[in-house]
Amino acid sequence: MTQSVVVQVGQCGNQIGCCFWDLALREHAAVNQVPARSHEPPRLSARVVGDGGSISKGKICSLKARAVLIDMEEGVVNEILQGPLRDVFDTKQLITDISGSGNNWAVGHRVFGSLYQDQVLEKLRKSAEHCDCLQCFFIIHSMGGGTGSGLGTFLLKMLEDEFPEVYRFVTSIYPSGEDDVITSPYNSILAMKELNEHADCVLPIDNQSLFDIISKIDLMVNSGKLGTTVKPKSLVTSSSGALKTRHQKPFDAMNNIVANLLLNLTSSARFEGSLNMDLNEISMNLVPFPQLHYLVSSLTPLYTLTDVNIPPRRLDQMFSDAFSKDHQLLRADPKHSLYLACALMVRGNVQISDLRRNIERLKPSLQFVSWNQEGWKTSLCSIPPVGHSHSLLALANNTCVKPTFMELKERFMRLYKKKAHLHHYLQVEGMEESCFTEAVSSLSALIQEYNQLDATKNMPVQDLPRLSIAM
Amino acid sequence: MSIVTVQLGQCGNQIGFEVFDALLRDSQSSHGLCCKRENEAYQASCKERFFSEEENGVPVARAVLVDMEPKVINQTLSKAAQSGRWKYGQHACFCQKQGSGNNWAYGYSVHGPRHEESIMNLIRKEVEKCDSFSGFFIIMSMAGGTGSGIGAFVTQNLQDQYSNSLKMNQIIWPYGTGEVIVQNYNSILTLSHLYRSSDALLVHENDAVHKICAKLMNIKQISFSDINQVLAHQLGSVFQPTYSAESSFHYRRNPLGDLMEHLVPHPEFKMLSVRNVPHMSENSLAYSTFTWAGLLKHLRQMLISNAKMEEGIDWHVRPPSSGLPSLGKKSLNKDLHFNTSIANLVILRGKDVQSADVEGFKDPALYTSWLEPVNAFNVWKTQRAFSKYEKSAVLVSNSQFLVKPLDMIVGKAWNMFASKAYIHQYTKFGIEEEDFLDSFTSLEQVVASYCNL
Repeated sequence: MTQSVVVQVGQCGNQIGCCFWDLALREHAAVNQVPARSHEPPRLSARVVGDGGSISKGKICSLKARAVLIDMEEGVVNEILQGPLRDVFDTKQLITDISGSGNNWAVGHRVFGSLYQDQVLEKLRKSAEHCDCLQCFFIIHSMGGGTGSGLGTFLLKMLEDEFPEVYRFVTSIYPSGEDDVITSPYNSILAMKELNEHADCVLPIDNQSLFDIISKIDLMVNSGKLGTTVKPKSLVTSSSGALKTRHQKPFDAMNNIVANLLLNLTSSARFEGSLNMDLNEISMNLVPFPQLHYLVSSLTPLYTLTDVNIPPRRLDQMFSDAFSKDHQLLRADPKHSLYLACALMVRGNVQISDLRRNIERLKPSLQFVSWNQEGWKTSLCSIPPVGHSHSLLALANNTCVKPTFMELKERFMRLYKKKAHLHHYLQVEGMEESCFTEAVSSLSALIQEYNQLDATKNMPVQDLPRLSIAM
Repeated sequence: MSIVTVQLGQCGNQIGFEVFDALLRDSQSSHGLCCKRENEAYQASCKERFFSEEENGVPVARAVLVDMEPKVINQTLSKAAQSGRWKYGQHACFCQKQGSGNNWAYGYSVHGPRHEESIMNLIRKEVEKCDSFSGFFIIMSMAGGTGSGIGAFVTQNLQDQYSNSLKMNQIIWPYGTGEVIVQNYNSILTLSHLYRSSDALLVHENDAVHKICAKLMNIKQISFSDINQVLAHQLGSVFQPTYSAESSFHYRRNPLGDLMEHLVPHPEFKMLSVRNVPHMSENSLAYSTFTWAGLLKHLRQMLISNAKMEEGIDWHVRPPSSGLPSLGKKSLNKDLHFNTSIANLVILRGKDVQSADVEGFKDPALYTSWLEPVNAFNVWKTQRAFSKYEKSAVLVSNSQFLVKPLDMIVGKAWNMFASKAYIHQYTKFGIEEEDFLDSFTSLEQVVASYCNL
């Protein structure tokens, strides 16, 4: 069994991380309540939650999260430590400071980077030592701020040097257009350069999409549409059984969705199924060229009906939903862009024939790149998420991320042309204008690669001449 | 003589379980349609081939289970133990913590050498348990990382260390519409390596077996275990004991050797496929009756027209009249209607088997010109019925069956290779572009050879 370590950086990263651990424990508890048949090994989500321990009566005893919590101001982490999840985190796994990064990537990256480099390294090494077989680091952060963005990406380089064989999966929250942090474009572009170079796989998510999803859920629940009620124990929308009882904070519901994403991503590696998919397979199948490692994710179900035994028609609906814009965690239009690769991770009582039927059905409406016409990676995990009978996570490597990046670049250029707020960055030691220009050119190069692929979009698929053999 | 099975990766282990289960269930069934003594001889022969005895009488499969992560092996071991009828050896498995990530290069260049000693030790122990050893049966898929990469590595090792023993690789051909995106790369690397080190490649295509489940078995929601059970049925009908000659009174002793001798006369032509009739759900079976004439007629047409199952056979395809060259032989651009064979083996099991007439298979028009039909075609017959089928026939064929699928996989891999997509994932672990080119070259050679039959 492999293990992963979650590194949560900054306010956003830690808040999402907190939701994630809450969900992970609930899933762990639910799965282990089912009496395991005697010969089966306990289905622990031991890969993300620490060794030993048990859950009795909902109280966690001695399970420790494999996590490192980093924030340059104390508020969020303190809240976590005073909350009901406090026993899950080892106090030795925390790194905090007081002053915060002031929404300044340079402060996060350079100042705190060098200040805390050794400490962070030590904590990471410690958590790696507790792992039997460490496979992956999950980094959760936002791109628009200072700590998550700057220090978070500083970590990437460190992880690459220190643990070259361990995968680095980054969940990045991209700022939406109406972001209240003025310098978020600067922070994001500077962070993008690091993501380009040091991450194995990035799952970009934007707040606007999450917000839209939550609004739709609220609408469905409140409109009382016939037969539409949210399932009582659904991990997505309900916090019943959650340990965090104070859940009316604005971002909680949104963070819950991202947490579900991470949980489903690792499900096939933790639980049994007829077609397993490990994390290293995600990178292998979905990253055809090293630079193009940005995956658009979509998750279903986000809200379900009360039927327990869902007949095939509804099952097919789940697949259709995964390819609709309503369920995407990034505002993008994959159906009208080019797919480089697509992965479908199914959980629950779904068989290979259901999967194949739906792929056949959806394929004609999607455009795949010429050299990967059947580029589907699939996995079947037998254990569904709590409160649902099945679920589907779709990860697409699609050129539709290009507009997101181009928009980001535009916002950056608007600020940069006027040199607005630049002095905050340049006064940090080691920062020069060249850092900015390099970051922009890195992003431009990435956009260019996507452009080249898009250019092949409507060309007829030609078979290349094959090797000819002299007989 | 005994066969040692090596199950590799998720696919290999899942299938391996179904195969042993099917073999034992059939041998212990009471529907043998023959006398008690006959049945007992059959059981004993089956047991000797695939199982060894343990103290408490529960048969232990002669198998080595290999996987790079523990979930599937644990499941397989427990399913076998649960059945109560047989089990796997306690120490017969090798597993690691982290899989091969669908990366052939990782399986072949990293996992293989790293764990070579442990895996070969396990295999050696299993071989030593055999009183007389017939050869290896290696079950693996082509699309993933462990089965394909480590499978290729282990087969190579077996060739070096057991050069006198036979190796047959059971290969699972993935669905055309991907299960794994890099499956075409993994497939061509596997096939080209196995062609050098294996003695015979027995191929099962997921697409074909899936259709059997859908059309013949009428299964609505087809799962991998349904597919694996159909596969196990086909393999069982090939590997269960049969008589050595028309009037002999004991079962064949060397199944692998006999198979290879009949079916692989030339090392350039190693790809074998299996077709069986009849195949249906148990419910339908109760209401069906069969004649040998009918079964064999279907089987022959399935061979000629390249059909994968007994439904939807194209009856218009005919063998070329002798003396005239067959149409569409030379190039693949024209549809290969007629399937030319190098060698065929028909195995018949069940009631009145002696009366079955296989003359249709001896037609020289079915075969290439370089083997006399008397050498190219063989039939094995057994009175003892197989798995509830009063009469069953299976055809193991070395023919042009697999040219089209092979050509497709090579084509798709070539297209992807031209764009260099995913290549960095392989070069990371030591498989360079030249290795890919070598693989392409050898497989184009195989395609061309089969096309020119």
